[in-house]
Amino acid sequence: MSILEIEDLKKVYEGGFEALKGVSLEIEEGEILALLGPNGAGKTTLISTICGITTSTSGDVHVGGFNIKDDYRAARSLIGLVPQEINLEPFETVWNTVRFSRGLFGKKRNDAYLETVLQKLSLWDKKDSRIMELSGGMKRRVLIAKALSHEPRVLFLDEPTAGVDVALRKDMWDTVAELKRDGVTIILTTHYIEEAEAIADRVGVINKGELLLLEEKASLMQRLGKKQMKVELQDAIQSLPESLSAYDLALEEGGSVLTYSYDTRSERTGITTLLSDLSAAGLVLKDLQTAQSSLEDIFVGLVEEGQS
Amino acid sequence: MNWTAITAIYKYEMARFFRTLTQSFISPVISTSLYFVVFGAAIGSRIEQVEGVSYGAFIVPGLIMLSIMTQGISNASFGIYFPKFIGTIYELLSAPVNFIEIVIGYVGAAATKSLFIGVVILATAGFFVDLEIQHPIAMIAFMVLTCTSFALFGFIIGIWAKNFEQLQLVPLLIVTPLVFLGGSFYSISMLPPFWQTVTLFNPVVYLISGFRWAFFGLADVPVGLSLVAIAGFTAVCLVAIWWIFKSGWRIRS
Ligand SMILES: Nc1ncnc2c1ncn2[C@@H]1O[C@H](COP(=O)(O)OP(=O)(O)O)[C@@H](O)[C@H]1O
Ligand SMILES: [Mg+2]
Repeated sequence: MSILEIEDLKKVYEGGFEALKGVSLEIEEGEILALLGPNGAGKTTLISTICGITTSTSGDVHVGGFNIKDDYRAARSLIGLVPQEINLEPFETVWNTVRFSRGLFGKKRNDAYLETVLQKLSLWDKKDSRIMELSGGMKRRVLIAKALSHEPRVLFLDEPTAGVDVALRKDMWDTVAELKRDGVTIILTTHYIEEAEAIADRVGVINKGELLLLEEKASLMQRLGKKQMKVELQDAIQSLPESLSAYDLALEEGGSVLTYSYDTRSERTGITTLLSDLSAAGLVLKDLQTAQSSLEDIFVGLVEEGQS
Repeated sequence: MNWTAITAIYKYEMARFFRTLTQSFISPVISTSLYFVVFGAAIGSRIEQVEGVSYGAFIVPGLIMLSIMTQGISNASFGIYFPKFIGTIYELLSAPVNFIEIVIGYVGAAATKSLFIGVVILATAGFFVDLEIQHPIAMIAFMVLTCTSFALFGFIIGIWAKNFEQLQLVPLLIVTPLVFLGGSFYSISMLPPFWQTVTLFNPVVYLISGFRWAFFGLADVPVGLSLVAIAGFTAVCLVAIWWIFKSGWRIRS
């Protein structure tokens, strides 16, 4: 059984805006799923609907087998939510805030457990500080501590690194990796492709309320592994010489540019032999450049498909 | 019932109150003393007795009611408005709690705070005038019911309010005038007949009258009516809150 099952989930906001147009998704226990999508794609709406902050218009969601409407207590007990905005009470101490969260979720007081959570998030020595005295990165970690305070099995992280500098982003990725080691299922949203690439097991691409793609990151990376080399020729040619037909070559820009696609992961890229075959065929090189097709390219392609 | 959650909300709200305990304690003491100086000394020297009770003692129930009504509303409305305002409401909405538990936690804390203030005012008043309480159990019951029902009402205002102005609006424009015109500082029988009739449309009159009866055994309206009024007001608030949570009005989009 999947820990999270979403079936044809739709959300129409008051005023008629359709923010989710029938999203279906299954998430296995222990995996990290990255939901990638531009601003306004519906990522927060999806999370808010699962967590009970907004109501769905139609469709079903089960968390750990419990329906989020009929069995909301059991379902919500399994969920920890780290919201996109830093919503914290500035005058409260870290410790009180975290303890409140645990109690609110109906869990018996357990200071030892909360201590390990705060230790893990490097917040233990700040436990008596008031929230407003903390840096932005620490506040974000307080939100995570609150979400973990009631020992959830599924953790939602809504854009955990939006507006965060590079060093802190790396820290966050380490934190996520550690949580995964502890067996927590993690669903995170992001609009940074590198982020999905760095930490996810699977990647879902969402735009305009629709899930456009859901794929193992590894197989996605296979596609991403493709690289292109553009060879600019001194003189344009009409057609490819016979001797180069074995290569995956395309003639572009009126015959003045040769594009060669290859796999960076394969043992041999074939670049060396291609270059020598090019000069053997009498072609003179003017310039040469390589480019990696990134998740961004795939993403842009998908989004454009979605729009047309 | 998720009592752990209720306790968590209640304690968290009370902690905010205890952090500012001195302030919570001193301001009612000072304002009560001022009322005694102004009303008791200035007016009391002209009106010596109202229906056999010294004027100073006569205003005590009204003074307490005035405070617990306004405090109940402001505590509860702020208590639930604040999480909406700073965004921490997401946690309440995503927690495995139902609306009854949320209401018990927030309204219970707000009512406790205003009850505390009511007791402080009663004690302060005891320094200025001799107080006898003829029906102590009824007195406590009226006080607890008033604190609770006005905290419920405040909770509704806190959910309804979209900004701080609106939060202040209802207490300022409706509740304070009703309380001042509800016989806090005078007996209805002192008014001209026409205004006596008009006053009977003010629900606060019934609460103050009942509360004053608990102290001195005198009432402007029958005690039974006072009880019906406060029970009715509580019921209306409860139904409104039930509807708010059922429909998600101004809480869940
Ligand atoms: N409460 C709301 N009422 C109406 N429309 C909303 C509301 N919340 C979000 N939306 C709209 O729904 C769309 C998806 O928003 P959101 O889920 O926040 O996207 P994301 O998190 O992917 O940036 C946006 O177009 C947004 O304007
Ligand atoms: Mg968002």
